[in-house]
Amino acid sequence: MPIELKVNGRIARVDDDGDTPLLWVLRDTLGLTGTKYGCGIAQCGACTVHIDGQPVRSCAFPIDAVGASAITTIEGAVGPEADAIRAAWVARDVPQCGFCQSGQIMSAIALLRTAPQPTDADIDRAMGGNLCRCATYNRIRAAIHDAARATATPT
Amino acid sequence: MTDQANGPRGFAMTRRRLILGGSLAGGAMIVGYAATHPAEIGGAILSGGGKDPPESAFGAFIRIDPDGQVTIVNRQQELGQGIHAGIAAIVAEELDADWARVRVIDARSNFRAYGLQGSAGSNSIASNWDLMRAAGAAARSMFVDAAALRWQVPRRLIEVRDGIVFHAASNRQATFGELLADAARQTPPQTPRLKTPDAYRLIGTDRVRRKDSLPKSTGAQRYAQDVRHPGMLIAMVAHSPRFGGRIARYDVSDAWRVKGVVDAFAIETGVAVVAETTIAARRGREALRIEWDDRAAEKRSSADLQRQYHDIAEGRSDLSPEDFAMRGEGAAPAADAIEFAFDFPYLAHAPMETLDCVAQVNGWNVKLTSGSHLPIVDQVQAARAALTLPGKVDVEVVPAGGSFGRRGILPADYIVEAVRIARRTRGRPVKLIWTREDDLTGGYYRPMSHHRVAVALGADGLPDQWCFRSVCQALLPVGGNAQAVEGMADSPYLSTARTIDGKLYTPDIGVPVSFWRSVGHSHSAMVMEHVIDQLARRVGRDPAAYRRQLYVRAGATRRIEVLDTLCEKGGWGRPIEAGWARGMAVHEAFGTTVGQIAEVRMDGGRPVVRRVVAVVDCGIAVAPDQIRAQMEGGIGFGLSAALHGKITLRDGIVEQTNFDTHPILRMSEMPAVETHILPRTTPPTGMGEPGVPPIAPAVANAALVLTGRATRGLPFAVG
Ligand code: FES
Ligand code: FES
Repeated sequence: MPIELKVNGRIARVDDDGDTPLLWVLRDTLGLTGTKYGCGIAQCGACTVHIDGQPVRSCAFPIDAVGASAITTIEGAVGPEADAIRAAWVARDVPQCGFCQSGQIMSAIALLRTAPQPTDADIDRAMGGNLCRCATYNRIRAAIHDAARATATPT
Repeated sequence: MTDQANGPRGFAMTRRRLILGGSLAGGAMIVGYAATHPAEIGGAILSGGGKDPPESAFGAFIRIDPDGQVTIVNRQQELGQGIHAGIAAIVAEELDADWARVRVIDARSNFRAYGLQGSAGSNSIASNWDLMRAAGAAARSMFVDAAALRWQVPRRLIEVRDGIVFHAASNRQATFGELLADAARQTPPQTPRLKTPDAYRLIGTDRVRRKDSLPKSTGAQRYAQDVRHPGMLIAMVAHSPRFGGRIARYDVSDAWRVKGVVDAFAIETGVAVVAETTIAARRGREALRIEWDDRAAEKRSSADLQRQYHDIAEGRSDLSPEDFAMRGEGAAPAADAIEFAFDFPYLAHAPMETLDCVAQVNGWNVKLTSGSHLPIVDQVQAARAALTLPGKVDVEVVPAGGSFGRRGILPADYIVEAVRIARRTRGRPVKLIWTREDDLTGGYYRPMSHHRVAVALGADGLPDQWCFRSVCQALLPVGGNAQAVEGMADSPYLSTARTIDGKLYTPDIGVPVSFWRSVGHSHSAMVMEHVIDQLARRVGRDPAAYRRQLYVRAGATRRIEVLDTLCEKGGWGRPIEAGWARGMAVHEAFGTTVGQIAEVRMDGGRPVVRRVVAVVDCGIAVAPDQIRAQMEGGIGFGLSAALHGKITLRDGIVEQTNFDTHPILRMSEMPAVETHILPRTTPPTGMGEPGVPPIAPAVANAALVLTGRATRGLPFAVG
């Protein structure tokens, strides 16, 4: 029986088994390859997407657990926080190999939405599950602070 | 290390004889090189059956379109190190192009056009320096010739800036696009005049930026993992749990029953499952039943190997050593010699993108899409696996999600595997995916090693005798084991010794090993730099002053300059809060010298690093921001290994299978990094690796100050 998923604002009907991890449905079935595989066991964060705005490791999230929730992938990440994060990423040349960056950016957007002016400790906590083998961490941290400044509403 | 003929280590690379050529093709001007000698080393074989690059009879390096867009073909491999930006900046500088209108594309593997393609030994900038400067300058000269002809003015009065050619006196100007057709008709000069460094407008500035940050921030960047072709299948392979194990019996009947599985069969390296989707391939692989024949397999544990390495170093084995450093009589260590011992583990590369490759075999023709590190090697190995000619193998090189050496191994294991599977799918493209488990347990590690060092000091407190006993597997099947002791054999600290006796033992172990970012320097810097601090302590001297004296004696000027700047910028000798200490290390690798000072405290026996000040001499700094990025990345990579990195065996089976059992450095563990680049006018040297080696000894030297205890191996022990 096909399963209906709400992905980036659209309804997608997929034939995959209910226990298939969301990651592989996004990548193989829907062709949304911006979300990456890095470990498959919720240890690296490369596969991070938003489910109802919450950052989730899609490699360990079966599609039948999604229900009517809205899935957002890197391709569909929009809004002031997403724009500010991307602009900061490019301005600082954060990526090296870039493979972890979709996941980093999805975690960073979620962080800014809950903590618009995050402290370094907030960043360590929110980004702790996103590994970067190229060790771009300092630029990620700086870019998050840049983005936070850029989105701050003047008072 | 600035010879442009510098090839990947392990290859014989001769200087190509090149002729610059230009032409107009499809409305665009192309500038590149043609090899004059069709029969030059390997050329005939490697391009056998192949075609020249489509646009022209020579390798295109620069393409300029009528709209003024400049496209630079990067024959090096983009593995994250930002090399594309450096190469493009070199061309754009000599061409005086508008940097904003410059884009970079990756070269397909083509020996005739691009020579031996491969990024290794941090050679990319150095080996392209002369070649790409000349190509850019030649193209510029063709535009100047065209303008001189059109305007009937002397060419020496014509200037070029940001893609605009102009003659100031008559106030005339034209864009590259406007002059294109005329310029393409000019003969490129064979020895174009190159700029002197003081005339650089782009090189060495922060205007040189990566060109791929946007696609890498939107999910649009396409890696091999993301390739989707119509009808493409996904493959996974069940490998022997032990290195050298072979299939005894296997049963694919349950795998066949998994929805989406298309085929399952044995290949040389295991049992392959081919499926419609990745998840079906994985489930199919889980359903395989395989019995392994371990008679020829490596069954020892890491503890066994370590014991054997210690025995070997003490001369209790029948392995005979080779001398890697010798001075005076090979005397036994003096009675009062100070002894040190180090153990280093196997290390995995663990690039974030696991190994993968898309292969399609149609008769004699093979097509690969891969994040290649050594495309030429992949081409040859793929041809062997497909029983065809290398020229029949077309490698589409895409950026890799990291490599650190793993994608650049000579057997090209995962490429060969993909081709073998693709031979069975009869023309259907196959994407082979290794899981993280396959990656960490799949071998080709940085070798484990054991080192004993004995040093006798002279009356002046400086080393008078050095004895080394090193035990380390060889990285290559032939050609010796010099990489195991690079950075030790040529250390400036040996300069004051009257006697040196360096012996290297090369055991044969069934664990495949290979190049790992910074290669032998990944352990030799720790040996030399941690020993030197302990010697300084022993004679009551400041480690910086002690190093400096040895550098002066060795005539190691670059190290002196790096050290002096490091002490100044890193606050050496200045007070630091209670519980914190500074440690330093200075090391040269691949022609680049790096010094680092780490600020460290101890937490339950484990070092915590809050800040690293780094100084680098890498010749002309082509792309300063990428030099800083590589310093940050190198420190993070080296610190990850120093704090966590190890691959261990239990009865021959690798114990680390994923990031839960094989942690890598996290955000919270990353120190602040401050990089200082020494201003230089010497040709550039590489930056992909030299930031890695000094960090472990810098941290160990700080820990020595805090605890008084020497570090005897990595990773740092807890507790
Ligand atoms: S792939 Fe999902 S956390 Fe690593
Ligand atoms: S940029 Fe390479 S893994 Fe993060």
